[in-house]
Amino acid sequence: MASDPGEVGLSGWGNYPRVPTELLAPRTPAGARDLLLGRSGVVARGAGRAYGDAAVGTHSTISSRGLNRMRSFDAATAQLTVEAGVTIADILAAFEPRGFFLKVVPGTKFVTVGGAIAADVHGKNHHRDGGFGTIVESFRLALPGGEIVSCSRSENAALFAATLGGMGLTGMILDATLRLLPIETAWLRQDTRVAGNLDAAIDQLENNASTTYSVAWIDCLARGAALGRSLVYLAEHASRRDRELLGPDLEPFPSRRTARLSVPELFPGWLLNRASMRAFNELYFRRGAAQQGRPRLVHWDPYFFPLDAIADWNRVYGRRGFVQYQCVIPLDRARRVLADILDLVSRRGDASFLAVLKQLGDASGLISFPRRGYTLTMDFPVTDTLFAFLDQLDALVVDAGGRLYLAKDARQSRATFESGYPGLAALRDIRQQTGASTRLVSHLSARLGI
Amino acid sequence: MTDTKSILVIGGSSDIGHATALRYAKEGWRVTLAARDLEAAQRNADDIRTRSGVETSVQALDLLQAGQLAGFVAGLSTLPDTVVCVVGELGDQLRAQTDPELATTIMRTNFEAPSLLLEQFAQAFGARGYGTIVGVSSVAGDRGRASNYYYGAAKAGFSQFLSGLRNRLALAGKVRVVTVKPGFVRTKMTAHMKLPAPLTVEPDRVAEDIYRADVTRPRDVIYVARRFRLVMTIICALPEPIFKRMRI
Repeated sequence: MASDPGEVGLSGWGNYPRVPTELLAPRTPAGARDLLLGRSGVVARGAGRAYGDAAVGTHSTISSRGLNRMRSFDAATAQLTVEAGVTIADILAAFEPRGFFLKVVPGTKFVTVGGAIAADVHGKNHHRDGGFGTIVESFRLALPGGEIVSCSRSENAALFAATLGGMGLTGMILDATLRLLPIETAWLRQDTRVAGNLDAAIDQLENNASTTYSVAWIDCLARGAALGRSLVYLAEHASRRDRELLGPDLEPFPSRRTARLSVPELFPGWLLNRASMRAFNELYFRRGAAQQGRPRLVHWDPYFFPLDAIADWNRVYGRRGFVQYQCVIPLDRARRVLADILDLVSRRGDASFLAVLKQLGDASGLISFPRRGYTLTMDFPVTDTLFAFLDQLDALVVDAGGRLYLAKDARQSRATFESGYPGLAALRDIRQQTGASTRLVSHLSARLGI
Repeated sequence: MTDTKSILVIGGSSDIGHATALRYAKEGWRVTLAARDLEAAQRNADDIRTRSGVETSVQALDLLQAGQLAGFVAGLSTLPDTVVCVVGELGDQLRAQTDPELATTIMRTNFEAPSLLLEQFAQAFGARGYGTIVGVSSVAGDRGRASNYYYGAAKAGFSQFLSGLRNRLALAGKVRVVTVKPGFVRTKMTAHMKLPAPLTVEPDRVAEDIYRADVTRPRDVIYVARRFRLVMTIICALPEPIFKRMRI
């Protein structure tokens, strides 16, 4: 049923930390359940796109990649049932040509459905449409005792809410039923706005809260009065009429390009120096500014998944890996605290050259990351001084009543985590009841005492 | 749609069988998967139907049961346009050396049973006047090696069977026979093996090459990966006194 178990060094997408674990690869949902039964210190892993230590078990890790079969699709209700290892890319490849999309997609299409549920991933429309959990009708969960239970908003509702964003700590998701979104074309109608500083960027996001998709790309190298200088991208799915007006020579559903660039195995970290970043950002901004005020059509693939075009872009940070820092700050404190964070980051200098700012709506799962406010995301290469610096940022986040995204985290403290997640006690209770507390243990849950 | 083409995959629970059927389904072909493990075949059939929107069905078939093999083709409700046989069982070479029953199973599974079954298709396709028979053999059949010679000998027999069948049918009419020789493919069968990356392919690649050799760019014998043809040419050219002392 499974390949030979072997002790391997596993990490998340950030290549940090790298820790030993027994990696198991079941080929069927029943096989996955059998492997879970009788193991301790185990957690499920999807495509390995969580950045830190969320999908590495302290003893064993069960890959869902073999659970990659689709089950059924009902065109009348747009309901699709798939096994947990099916990816968003698989779903879009099969259903976009038939006029269906997913209402919630994260920044990469290479995540599995199981992983998307476990992290309750969000997209550029969270402020309007909620997280991935909102398109999930139901799923089947294998509990550590071997029992397989169906969960939905009406059946085992508490377990359903605990599993959305529950980081795989309630059981292993075997399959799920999702509701797809009908679309008229493969295009997005995108509006670009230039924001001269952070306040202007937040104004733009706030004033366009009724737009389906909105996101600001911040130039982290800008300082002083230009701190938070951004390009704000607003978009809607293009209707047939939009396509006729803006791109009469474009096909409604063009066949997809498959060519992908790839980053060489050991991209030297020193190439990411300040000068090259500054030049890149300047070009990026001029191009964006030139597009201001002229709506244009962008294909869904580069629109939603720009980094997917570069395979293994995580290698760009070199051997030591990187940390993606993503926090959310409640609405009332956002302007002030995000400015403080950006100021520290721009002074530090080695931060990622671009940061992403988004508006988030209400929370869903017990320990789902999103909550009403603004979320900021940045990459940092791992260095000797990085973690002390990030602790400084954490202090600002905690003080503002915000929290950090567990799917990105590799290093926050228990105190930071506990102050940000009031649903934690309820999750712990559920883990007690199902026997998950001692059995389902990832490096993340051990580190944070979940 | 009366002109919808159809494919029957023998060994439809396997990874290569699944990938191959899905490749044809994407072009609108109706799919039937025949397998001993009907539950696994049904899982694959559901996947193919959901991804492609085509009709799929499954059919129970245990090739080693003489009663199921005889009359299998006559019992089909529709005769497919293409039949692809991906049946194969590596078996445990070391055990087979001391366990004649296992050795017999390996030889019957890889050679005897697929050949007897495809002969039935050759006759039915011949009577109808068209059809393609795809047999998935192996590079292991090109030269016998210490590590897998029961499997290799059976695949050699199967390759020769396909070659002879192709010769016979080419003289008679429009029925085509395609021999596919995959090298290392990442599947259930090889999950426990360390495979050399440059010579290893995914099941999708085998599926793509089969579809091409059948439909878009007709071929008689194909190697997947293609560089395996060169590798096997060299291995076959080695003089026996040298070859017999090698570990490859």
